[in-house]
Amino acid sequence: MYLVFSLIMFFIGGSMAMIIRAELFQPGLQFVDPQFYNSMVTVHALVMIFGAVMPAGVGLANWMIPIMIGAPDMALPRMNNMSFWIMPFAFALLLSTLFMDGGGPAGGWTMYPPLVLQTGKAFPFLIFAVHFLGISSIMGAINIIATVFNMRAPGMTLMRMPLFVWTWVITAFLLIASLPVLAGAVTMLLTDKYFGTSFFSAAGGGDPVLFQHIFWFFGHPEVYILALPAFGIISQIIPTFARKPLFGYASMVYATASIAILSFFVWAHHMFTVGLPINGELFFMYATMLIAVPTGVKVFNWIATMWKGAMTFEAPMLFALAFVVLFTIGGFSGLMLGITPVDFQYHDTYFVVAHFHYVLLTGAIFALMASAYYWLPKWTGNMYDEKLGKIHFWASAISANVLFFPQHFLGLAGMPRRIPDYSVQFADFNMISSLGGFAYGISQLLFVYIVVKCVLGGKKATGQVWDGARGLEWTLSSPPPYHSFSKPPKVTKALMEY
Amino acid sequence: MIKVRSIKRTSVLLSLFTLIMFGFGYALVPLYDVFCEVTGLNGKTGRIYNEEAKQLITDNQRLVTIHFDSNINGNLAWKLKADQKFLKVNPGKFYSVTYTVENMINEEIVGQAIPSVSPQIASLYLKKSECFCFRNQVLKPGEQKKLTVRFELDRDLPKGVESLTLSYTFFKAVKDNKKIS
Repeated sequence: MYLVFSLIMFFIGGSMAMIIRAELFQPGLQFVDPQFYNSMVTVHALVMIFGAVMPAGVGLANWMIPIMIGAPDMALPRMNNMSFWIMPFAFALLLSTLFMDGGGPAGGWTMYPPLVLQTGKAFPFLIFAVHFLGISSIMGAINIIATVFNMRAPGMTLMRMPLFVWTWVITAFLLIASLPVLAGAVTMLLTDKYFGTSFFSAAGGGDPVLFQHIFWFFGHPEVYILALPAFGIISQIIPTFARKPLFGYASMVYATASIAILSFFVWAHHMFTVGLPINGELFFMYATMLIAVPTGVKVFNWIATMWKGAMTFEAPMLFALAFVVLFTIGGFSGLMLGITPVDFQYHDTYFVVAHFHYVLLTGAIFALMASAYYWLPKWTGNMYDEKLGKIHFWASAISANVLFFPQHFLGLAGMPRRIPDYSVQFADFNMISSLGGFAYGISQLLFVYIVVKCVLGGKKATGQVWDGARGLEWTLSSPPPYHSFSKPPKVTKALMEY
Repeated sequence: MIKVRSIKRTSVLLSLFTLIMFGFGYALVPLYDVFCEVTGLNGKTGRIYNEEAKQLITDNQRLVTIHFDSNINGNLAWKLKADQKFLKVNPGKFYSVTYTVENMINEEIVGQAIPSVSPQIASLYLKKSECFCFRNQVLKPGEQKKLTVRFELDRDLPKGVESLTLSYTFFKAVKDNKKIS
């Protein structure tokens, strides 16, 4: 359910991205008016973050965590149900704003005041949609932690849990710690607009910059909420296809935890240009650089896992490898942005757009695609079409790079983000980028076809599916029974390692 | 096998933690205000009161230039102009400057001026004993008014600061004013 919903949202958000790229295909205004363009940018971001990547992550967690730790089901099935059904309503609220007077929210997904306060009738809908999505995610997170802490099979010690479970536990804590802060911030926006409070209004002695501090206190952990489950997925897939145990399991766990903790101390690197004092700039710069260390540990562990492994390259592995390479590129451009003096030039340019799309699209989304191929045989009992899967991978990987790589150059040359028009010297790269965008959009339709085909039938999959796969989920039949492990399995060290 | 009690315990604890973090979001507001007040980071100016003002010693050796800047926030139909572009001042001595404000439309409006000092490092050293920004200003239709600021620049102003800018922005006043300095 979660996964289907997030796939639908992926296409809704994706079609908005298509509108954006169509408008940017050539300089000048062609298809949409600037206000609508801005609302596309805003809603695309909200839909993709809260509608596609997060529910997909929660969906995977709901499906995989119980069978990975040997539990019959999630700890709180009813809460699970609620947290899912809130989402369609929240998105109905959000998307309905596009048809209202004054249009949808157009101030950017970051909702900075005072601009966001100028939103028309859409404003309260935006706020309540964010509230609902926050509640939904928090309930999902509570459920995950309750499940993992209380329902592990005997012998499944914390340090024997699959890494996907570990990353999700840590992500869940991030969700619980950061989303309420966002809820508070948007509530302050709401009362500022309708009840005369002055949290962010300079006229009443408030400070708009305060919103940015509160928002990014949520916003940076949010980045890792999107990325950590992807790390977990990759840490499952690479050992399977390298046919070697994951290198440095314990260091992976600690690296994940330290990324999560550090993420609460780097928020102001999103706001180097608001006029922070020099000491603040330095602190946040060094703290940001520090995150590269645990992230680097992870990348090296993945590479070391593959070292001298007997590798095969099925679709999940291809996506995982592309993840490692392209996420690292996104990480490097993130480091560049983290350098304060350099950031003053890059701030709010297409360089930033390229950076976070490398991290989120070729990072988080590629990992989700990898996980879909990896576990589809387990879910459906049928093998997917390997040949089409490979075509989908190459089409996605090439078009995504054609789409986003030129945006680095655009950003360095000074093209600002969130503007529907640009001056003519940016025309060539924008055209290349748009073509890549359309190609990427079309190639995702292939993914839908592959999934549908796999659900309907195909070569029967064995319980083991991949011969290098280790972990409890592969001891079950494919597809697994509705209530797996009613009798808890006995977990030994040998079962979890290769 | 399923430990219903401990599942409940975990969920309740986590829900509590959620509420605490929600409160923490709100707690950031006063924290931020205190932080800015102590450090002078958001450019809000300092105050000086009578007792302190009597003990001032002028530093005749040092001359610092203050530029005066004025702005109107978008939705207020007023005009604001500093009567002098800049002033060279000795630290530790009181000066008065005036601004002229004019209501451009046929309607009585209440406005509120918000000060800001750049560079921020200097903001707390600009101490005002009297300022039109301490309270709301009411302008009748078409009325023109002279507004006064009386201030001194503290002798402890860091050495590197040769010039600074004092800027005022008039906003339409809102009902629920917090303390403004």
